[in-house]
Amino acid sequence: MTLFGYRVPMMASLLVWCVVWEVVGRLDLVFLLPPFSDVLVAAVSLVQTPSWQSATVTTLRAFAMGMALSIVIGVPLGILMGRVKIADDLLGMWVNIFSSAPLSAIVPVLMILFGFGEKTIVAAVFLFAIWIIVLDTRAGVRHISPSLIEMARSYGASRPALYTKIILWAALPEILAGIRLGLIRGVKGVVIGQLLVAIVGYGALFETFSRNFRMAEFWALTIILFAFALLIAELIERAEAKVEYYAGARQ
Amino acid sequence: MGATALRNGPSPVPAPIDSIVEVRGISKTYGNVEALRGIDLDFPRGKLTSLLGPSGCGKTTLLKIIAGLIRADGGTVAINGKRVSAPGPERAFVFQDFALMPWATVTRNVAFGLELRGTNKAEREEIARRYIAEVGLAGFEDKYPHELSGGMRQRVGLARALSVDADVLLLDEPFSAVDEQNRRKFQEDLIRLRTNQNKTFIFVTHSIEEAVYISDRIVLLSPRPGRVSQIIEPEIDRSGDPERIHRDRHYLDTVDEIWQGLKQYVE
Amino acid sequence: MAVSIRTDGEAAGLASSSNRSATGASWDQPILLRLVSIALFAGIWEVAGRIPVSFAFPTFSDTVVAFFGLLADGSLATAYLSTLQPLVLGVVLSAFLGVSLGTICGLWRTGEWLVIPVFIVLQAAPVAAFIPMVTFVYGIGMTAKTLAVMILALPVIVLNTYKAVRNVNESLLVMCRSFLGTNWQTVAKIILPDASPVIFAGLRLGVAAGFVGVVLAELLITPTGIGDLITFHRSRADYAEMYATIASIIALSTLTLVFLQWVEVRVFRPESRGA
Ligand SMILES: Nc1ncnc2c1ncn2[C@@H]1O[C@H](COP(=O)(O)OP(=O)(O)OP(=O)(O)O)[C@@H](O)[C@H]1O
Ligand SMILES: [Mg+2]
Repeated sequence: MTLFGYRVPMMASLLVWCVVWEVVGRLDLVFLLPPFSDVLVAAVSLVQTPSWQSATVTTLRAFAMGMALSIVIGVPLGILMGRVKIADDLLGMWVNIFSSAPLSAIVPVLMILFGFGEKTIVAAVFLFAIWIIVLDTRAGVRHISPSLIEMARSYGASRPALYTKIILWAALPEILAGIRLGLIRGVKGVVIGQLLVAIVGYGALFETFSRNFRMAEFWALTIILFAFALLIAELIERAEAKVEYYAGARQ
Repeated sequence: MGATALRNGPSPVPAPIDSIVEVRGISKTYGNVEALRGIDLDFPRGKLTSLLGPSGCGKTTLLKIIAGLIRADGGTVAINGKRVSAPGPERAFVFQDFALMPWATVTRNVAFGLELRGTNKAEREEIARRYIAEVGLAGFEDKYPHELSGGMRQRVGLARALSVDADVLLLDEPFSAVDEQNRRKFQEDLIRLRTNQNKTFIFVTHSIEEAVYISDRIVLLSPRPGRVSQIIEPEIDRSGDPERIHRDRHYLDTVDEIWQGLKQYVE
Repeated sequence: MAVSIRTDGEAAGLASSSNRSATGASWDQPILLRLVSIALFAGIWEVAGRIPVSFAFPTFSDTVVAFFGLLADGSLATAYLSTLQPLVLGVVLSAFLGVSLGTICGLWRTGEWLVIPVFIVLQAAPVAAFIPMVTFVYGIGMTAKTLAVMILALPVIVLNTYKAVRNVNESLLVMCRSFLGTNWQTVAKIILPDASPVIFAGLRLGVAAGFVGVVLAELLITPTGIGDLITFHRSRADYAEMYATIASIIALSTLTLVFLQWVEVRVFRPESRGA
């Protein structure tokens, strides 16, 4: 949008919404919505509390572990499915199902299998993130031009070299795209997992804040979480932009 | 077989007796690219005029200004003596990329101009069927664009333009996305259509041979800024076997003539 | 159609508009292979249940038996009745709201500037955190569940519609203008038909998100429906029943999505859009 001849960045409108929020909050129009400034103040004091800090450490740790696991398992699985037809035939259907299934229904199972603790959260992150990583990796491997692989063969590349030197790199743009989507899903997984377990990390905080109607802190926590999710998406998008050039050149 | 008439230079061309489209002093600048400068042109009624020139010289721009799809920075366009600056019912456009609706059948695509005017369904489909047959697509009425070849798709585009019964047909490189065989066949069809439809055609092309083969008049544009550099009237007898034209001496001479004129711009 | 957008809808920014992700692929494998695949899955589940990997891991056969038990005593039907109502209502409301909003944003720059960033944020952020809030405001009932569905389904529908309208085939717009189409005709006869495959894909993703929303709402707060059935059997340690309920909701969501995809392929015939 342009205003008085200047191009106003798209995301700038979020500031407008913050102002609207402030006004609505001041006028007490919506139940449970304190003014935005109160939320910011609450956010500043919240990040100084030990309970928030330990919750953040727990959450980040579970998130990192779950993501690492889903990448370490998801990428090779995707490559396998992209290269081996029978693996694709047998697994493809299930990967597709789980990538769009209401996985929140499975979290209760994780809770009884892994207990009401961090392991369940790690498993939830893993469960939410892995499928899209597998699907995108598979798609990336499928898109590799056969002549590239024939080139590697004709120059005598061994099987491991073929995978680590050609296939992994040629499929990298898609793999990164998959990881980015996986990260976004992983954030949702960590939150849903914690909300359901309700005694770990942010889930416990959300529970406390909403039970005691500490709305400013509730919104502060939400905003921190949202900011974190957007930051992650942004970072990986930057990384993607770096490999984008050969994604285009490849075709 | 008449002689090839050549009129050289940017000196004003004596206006033909009956011109349907009059372009006066048209100029257009995109940012800092001056695409057209001071174009004065008259398009005689019932004739096929080609706009020919090197890539980027502003042929499409001029055609779209005549169509009213782009606004000129200066100058006027008049159709039948009336100034126009927006699309109107007396002009119809044939698009380089066909611009067919993939979700609509051939009939609906052809009838689309009439549909927009609010012509009732039975009537517009009747008209559409007639023009589908006219362009040689009878039997393909219920097909979808993706089931047709490039040449056939452009025939749909042509039938659509014919069906709104405009006086002036504007064609922007209609054959550039069509393979060579179809292109030849299509050119022959266009010659035939021009004789029995009694419409005015303004035709943009890259190809000298194509221009000479089908045109009554050829307007050569110089590259940026586009100006009229020459107007040629290849007086070629098109009544006989179309195959013969390609070997006609006047045809070959005219092609060579134009090539000599355009060569300077290529270097 | 010269549009290349990620219909996956999970893109956080609109900057990357490559169509490289590949959700919803390969439903076209032969039926036999699919059966083998299902049999293999069931077999592994059965073996894992027999070892057993955990006291809370029933065998496949027990789960199947439990499923028919739930069917027979009507508890599954009752639960679905209470789950599907808010789901359908929420998805329908989101569809109307989302498609209108997305279309407006695609056509109107100021609306785009104002509204789209909000939905980009909502799409990337874990909005599930709002669901407990919603129950606080609206109590435990139909309204809260419907809102939970809408919170999850709306962003993807809005963003897909917006992108589709925004990326509408430029040359068709020019064509419509040259044949004297009015603005309304351009929207009704060119923009919406051209955008409809992507809009429909957005609706399908919205349905998938709606399933997540309704199950989550039921697990978190409202003690009704499928979520309650899961929680109830977990508390009684009827693990086979619990697994059967979970499998049934996943199966239902999968079948719904496969059906929608089938409709999509049938109605919009993606192969024809190259023209
Ligand atoms: N929308 C636009 N914005 C900026 N510059 C443009 C635009 N359209 C055309 N131009 C420039 O104006 C000049 C004339 O363009 P135009 O498309 O009319 O040429 P053309 O003769 O049709 O070329 P071609 O034979 O390649 O189709 C070109 O240099 C082109 O780069
Ligand atoms: Mg052009």
